[in-house]
Amino acid sequence: MTIDLILFFGIAFIAVISAISMLVSRNAIYSALFLVLNFVAIASLYLLLNAAFIAMVQVTVYAGAIMVLFLFVIMLLGAEKVETSPSLPWQLPVAILLGLVLVAEFAYVLFGRVAQVGGELVGVGEGFGSPASVGRTLFDQYLIPFEVTSILLLVAMVGAIVLTRDDRKEDR
Amino acid sequence: MSFSEVLQGGNLFTYAPLIIAFPLLGLLVNMIFGRRFGERAVGIIASGAVGLSFVVAILQFFALRAHPEGTSVLVADWITIGQLAVPWSLQVDTLSVTMMLMVTGVSTLIHIYAIGYMHEDVRFQGEPGRFTRFFVYFNLFVAAMMVLVTADNFLMMFVGWEGVGLCSYLLIGFWYEKGEDGIGNAIAGKKAFVTNRIGDFGFLIAMFLVFGAVGSLQFADVFHWAHEHGLENVGVITAITLFLLLGATGKSAQIPLFVWLPDAMAGPTPVSALIHAATMVTAGIYMVARNQALYEVAGLSSNLVALIGAATALFAATIAVAQFDIKRVLAYSTISQLGFMLAAVGIGAQVAGMFHLITHAFFKALLFLSAGSVIQGIEHGHHHLEHAGANPEGGEAFDPNDMRNMGGLRSKMKITFWVYLIGALALSGIFPLAGFWSKDEILADASHESTVIFLLLTLAAFFTAFYMGRQILMVFFGQPRSEAAEHAPENPPVMTVPLILLAVGAILGGALNLPGIHTLTDWLEHTLHVHVSEFNIMVAGLSTVLALLAIGIAWLVYGRQPLGRGKPDPLRRMLGPIFVGMENKWWVDELYQFLIVRPYIALADILADVIDGRFWHDWFHDTVLARSFREGTRWLNEAFDMRVIDGIANGLGNITKVVSGRMRFLQTGYVRNYALSFLVGVLLVLSYFIFG
Amino acid sequence: MNVPTDYVLALSSILFVLGVLGVLVRRNAIVIFMSIELMLNSANLALIAFARAMAPAAEAQRGHVLVFFVIAVAAAEVAVGLALIVAIFRSKRSIDVDQVSSLRG
Repeated sequence: MTIDLILFFGIAFIAVISAISMLVSRNAIYSALFLVLNFVAIASLYLLLNAAFIAMVQVTVYAGAIMVLFLFVIMLLGAEKVETSPSLPWQLPVAILLGLVLVAEFAYVLFGRVAQVGGELVGVGEGFGSPASVGRTLFDQYLIPFEVTSILLLVAMVGAIVLTRDDRKEDR
Repeated sequence: MSFSEVLQGGNLFTYAPLIIAFPLLGLLVNMIFGRRFGERAVGIIASGAVGLSFVVAILQFFALRAHPEGTSVLVADWITIGQLAVPWSLQVDTLSVTMMLMVTGVSTLIHIYAIGYMHEDVRFQGEPGRFTRFFVYFNLFVAAMMVLVTADNFLMMFVGWEGVGLCSYLLIGFWYEKGEDGIGNAIAGKKAFVTNRIGDFGFLIAMFLVFGAVGSLQFADVFHWAHEHGLENVGVITAITLFLLLGATGKSAQIPLFVWLPDAMAGPTPVSALIHAATMVTAGIYMVARNQALYEVAGLSSNLVALIGAATALFAATIAVAQFDIKRVLAYSTISQLGFMLAAVGIGAQVAGMFHLITHAFFKALLFLSAGSVIQGIEHGHHHLEHAGANPEGGEAFDPNDMRNMGGLRSKMKITFWVYLIGALALSGIFPLAGFWSKDEILADASHESTVIFLLLTLAAFFTAFYMGRQILMVFFGQPRSEAAEHAPENPPVMTVPLILLAVGAILGGALNLPGIHTLTDWLEHTLHVHVSEFNIMVAGLSTVLALLAIGIAWLVYGRQPLGRGKPDPLRRMLGPIFVGMENKWWVDELYQFLIVRPYIALADILADVIDGRFWHDWFHDTVLARSFREGTRWLNEAFDMRVIDGIANGLGNITKVVSGRMRFLQTGYVRNYALSFLVGVLLVLSYFIFG
Repeated sequence: MNVPTDYVLALSSILFVLGVLGVLVRRNAIVIFMSIELMLNSANLALIAFARAMAPAAEAQRGHVLVFFVIAVAAAEVAVGLALIVAIFRSKRSIDVDQVSSLRG
């Protein structure tokens, strides 16, 4: 049992527990906070996998911006406690059942069919996963998707403003 | 070659078919172009056609003079089936040429007369198209009669037989909208046709028997067979001849089928003269004469023929005594004279019969045409009065044919009077007119053969003279008994000239077979078995005395004190019930009506009303067929269509409704349910990729 | 750092299933959204694991690039999605997704 494995199992444990807690929480704020924890755990896992840049991006964008946005909206809508009477009582058992089926299928694929995915891990080179090398790959080969993504973000911004605009008549 | 050489050569025989072709051509031309040509042209074409036929007949006569044995001229092969071979060929021998000459000659004169007569008719009755129709029918008749007379086999003769019957029907009902109740003339035509049909039935059966026994319908073959095998087949030949006799009684108006002839007087007078006096009615006599070979073998039939002829002669003569319609008298006279002819051929005196046939044609046609002239004159007088305003006799009730409305016409219609007198004297058998010679020959032969026949015929001759005397006295002598008679004018020459010509024939006709010179006997010897009739002075004297006696009695009754206006017939007082019987034709028509017509109509009614109407239509059609059909369709509709078919159709709809009603609950509207179905789909696809 | 790729992938699949469950079970629209983010994250994890597995190769960093794009798109999606939720809240006064059932048949 190497230290990697121990670290991995610890982080994995945290990630799963926080995910389950997120699901189960009654309070939406608690769910959001648990999700933040989950994202941080995933980010550290990225670090474990030599994806330093992505880990930082994850923390910055996901945990920092997206979750903040979530929290603001939750607070704006006052949606902490929403669940009243449960309708569709049969939805939960069926969902759990299907989830288990899905897990079974994944398990089958991962451990049944293919002997080992990926093979032996080879040592990574210098600068693998660093901002510089990722950036180089990004701007070399994926420049156009990059630009398109920026347009996408612009569209999303405009869309968000349009959707939340007050449609009542305003005095100009 | 010169004319006489041509005559000798016998080539003239080939012209024989023209005798039928000319009238046919005439009728076709008139039928197609008649309207355009106008009255005069139509009459000329029709008379000309018949006149040309007469010329052809004369040519045949000359040809026969050179070759008296006669010949057969083939026109076309008509039927050839198996054993039956019926060609259409013309038998030109002395007997047929005799008939040809008589028919075409008299027809030509009557056609010319008819031009004038029908012109008057059109003037009074209107409708010029009738004129053309009349002459078309008249020509058709002559063509059919020629076919009958020139036939050389039974079937061809039957064709002509039927043809003249048809023309008789068409012409009797010529004024089809007139007569009693507007339909009387048509009914008379129908009566003639139906009665003739019974005779035709006899002819047909005889034909079948002939074919069955001989195997051929040709006269030559049949007569040859009769000569050879006649004595072994007397039974068959008797049957054949009896059926032929039935045909003759139909066509020649003898007992029992004579009832149509008096009613046939409903037709125009030229029709009565030509068809019902001179030509068609003689067809029966001609047929019996032609079949002499058969009748010679079957003695029973010959006796029956003679008996029927003689009985009819007397019977009809008695009826004629009490008739008041001028044409009816002549009609019954015709029946009586035909009886004379039939009796003659029955006792084996074919020559006498043919002789009387020819002379009778002359004076009977003459009498009929003159009667027509008288009727025309009376009608003229009547209309003249109507136009002048005075109408004493009343409108339609006035019968121009009734002798009681005539009288004293001797001074008004001179020509008509003289020719009528000649005709009447000839008919009565007064020396030296034609009728004397022919009737006497019959009586002489009868006195040899059978006393019964002789007595019957002599008595009939007595009555003949009496009723003709009565007629002359009532019509022409005395004072006019009606205003119309007082103003009756004479007729134009187109009508009187043919009368004069016929009168000449009536006077001189006796020359045909004067005793001692017997030209006709010699002439007919080439075709028939003949015997020379001796002139019997006793018979001749007796008949002349009786005729004069009868005329004298007539003068006593009608001449001394001419019949006054509106007075009853003096004979009624004298004879009482006998007169009533005579006047009512001895109730023969009523007897037939009771015995035959009424049961037949009753049977027809039963068949129509009960069997056809009630049983077949009401019960079978309506109840059985229609009802069961309706029930069947109703069952199909309700039980099957509405329940099963609609059930299926509606059921499908219902199933869809029910199923969709249940399936509706899938659409919960909840997003989470939809997400669940997404997941299910994902799982399925994933399974497919993993395991499939 | 040698973490066997299988284990990481197993973790990724577990997180994914948890995200699916969250979408199906929760009624709060925002929590559903968060579950979707969880699912995206699990996908990213799988990608990073594969990128690590291909490590010395030049194309290995493509995985990182793809994850980068996924995160960017997720951000845009969140922005628009939350705007939508706000808009729905304005009309329905609730973010219970079970209230949005007008398509009920």
